[in-house]
Amino acid sequence: MAWVNDIIQGILTGGLYALFACGLSLMFGVMKVVNLAHGDLAVIGGYIAVGVITVTHIPVLWSVVIVVPLMALLGYVLQRTVIQASLDRSILTTLLVTFGLSVVIENGLLQFVNADSHSLGVGNAIITSSFSIGSQITIAYLLLLIFVVAVVVLLGLQYFLSVSKYGRLIRAVADDKEAAQLSGVDYRHVFGIAAAIAFGTVALAGIAYGMYSQFSPTTGTDTILLFAFAAVVIGGLGSLWGTLLGGVVLGVAQEIGAQINASDQLLAGYIVFLAVLAFRPQGLTTRRAQS
Amino acid sequence: MSEPPREPKGRGPAWTEERGTSDEGRRGLESGPAASGASRASEALLEVRDLTVHHGQLRALDHISLRVFPGEVYAIIGANGAGKSTLLRTIAGLHQPTEGAILYDGKDMTKVRPERRATRGIAMVPEGRRLFGSLTVEENLLVGATYARKGPWTIERVYELFSWMKDRRTQRTAQLSGGEQQSVAIGRALVANPRVLLLDELSLGLAPVIVQRIYAMLPQILASGLTVLLVEQDVSQALRVASHLQCLLEGHTTLEGRPSDVTPAQVEAAYFGLAPAEHGGAASPSPGGYGGAGSPLVSRGGLGGIVPPEIAEELLWHGSTTSSRGS
Repeated sequence: MAWVNDIIQGILTGGLYALFACGLSLMFGVMKVVNLAHGDLAVIGGYIAVGVITVTHIPVLWSVVIVVPLMALLGYVLQRTVIQASLDRSILTTLLVTFGLSVVIENGLLQFVNADSHSLGVGNAIITSSFSIGSQITIAYLLLLIFVVAVVVLLGLQYFLSVSKYGRLIRAVADDKEAAQLSGVDYRHVFGIAAAIAFGTVALAGIAYGMYSQFSPTTGTDTILLFAFAAVVIGGLGSLWGTLLGGVVLGVAQEIGAQINASDQLLAGYIVFLAVLAFRPQGLTTRRAQS
Repeated sequence: MSEPPREPKGRGPAWTEERGTSDEGRRGLESGPAASGASRASEALLEVRDLTVHHGQLRALDHISLRVFPGEVYAIIGANGAGKSTLLRTIAGLHQPTEGAILYDGKDMTKVRPERRATRGIAMVPEGRRLFGSLTVEENLLVGATYARKGPWTIERVYELFSWMKDRRTQRTAQLSGGEQQSVAIGRALVANPRVLLLDELSLGLAPVIVQRIYAMLPQILASGLTVLLVEQDVSQALRVASHLQCLLEGHTTLEGRPSDVTPAQVEAAYFGLAPAEHGGAASPSPGGYGGAGSPLVSRGGLGGIVPPEIAEELLWHGSTTSSRGS
């Protein structure tokens, strides 16, 4: 029964990982940018939420309404300026630039905020309460909520990409940006929109993480970025549902590892990650990558 | 800076005559359009002035000029590496010229971004189709129509032009045959309602019968008021549809004129860089020129490969090149 509980906890945690990973996956799929600052952006989202809540005293869930659009705007601006400028030079330059961005964000937070850990919505009923199925399985409302949000976000993203005008342009630009230009499409603008979506989802993930656990300025690269990468690689690059599957597989592996030995939690996750890289480098989903 | 490094001896009047092409173009502009045919009486819709384009160190185009008038089918022919595609891509804005200017509808477009040129009415069907492979046929057309100008072309009308397309509109274009892909690429350009349609090597990689079927659509496309500038390696096909012809060789113009005014010998000489007299009886000029079908050129398609490039070049400099435009 303990194993069933582990698997359920793993699946639910996988929702959080998928929420982290989908923005990373989108930015890679559309503009071939491996955003090494992705985890730090989630942390920034968390800090903005802390600030917004401190100033306005709105409930933690409502902070999403302010933080997500703000981060989306930041995503568009960063893409149109720094990231586009590095893309114009070469794909490798984007690695250096986003790595630099990551360093700047972390040290900026250490300098101007502090190294303390923060979490969101402490004392909020939804964060602490849970319900039980049988005697062994306990499910936290928060984790269930995050999983549902992740599925809704992925569904929404999938729907947006398949039917909306900008979704179509995003896929077209991902296929061939020069051909898109010949159809009058300014691919830089489309890239900006894709980045805005990616930053919006990562802000959501940052807030979710802040409620689920706690974050400090270095959490972004220590934890979030690695989990997001692992989820994307396990699931298959550029595939949104693969990202959810990757997150779930990573979450389950971690929970099972923790069941064997508390110190094996992270190790188990990375063993699965390496096994996928070694034996199925295209990821678990066979679907052709969107890129 | 415009002269090629190789200065052949004894090139004589032939060289100056060839250079005269671009000079004439400029003079013609100052003193009003040169009326060398009924269709060429109005203002040029698209004009390229003294265009030089480099790929790194390589000079892909060397002071190329051309003027395309409304309603015309302007064909640029030439062997591999002549600079044809570079010329078209530069007009579309995908390459920046090192020198020269591109004018469209009287306005300088040289610094305008490719997507702005497209929305102003210069559409291109790129070499190799370049469809959005993960999108369906209809989605490809929808992308083409996203920033369309007002005009007669709609997705429905493209479906009428290519009758098979409507039934298969939900298929991904990656699953289509080469000819079908080419049709979708043409449709994607048409739904933008351009004024000038740039066609880059429509025949590339397609069976001759498919190529003919695609070119058979051209009259319907032209009837909607479009002007076409096309690049083609298949010379006989180009001559069949063109109202004006320009031959490029290694970034230079070697021949220009109306298809009916040039002889097969001249075309061959310009295409391969040979002097007509240098390769035997093959180049006896046919009296009617190229009016219509079958061209002897197709059967000799391999000639360019037989002649070593240095010799071909020498022959070009010694040979006579013709500029029939405006003369």
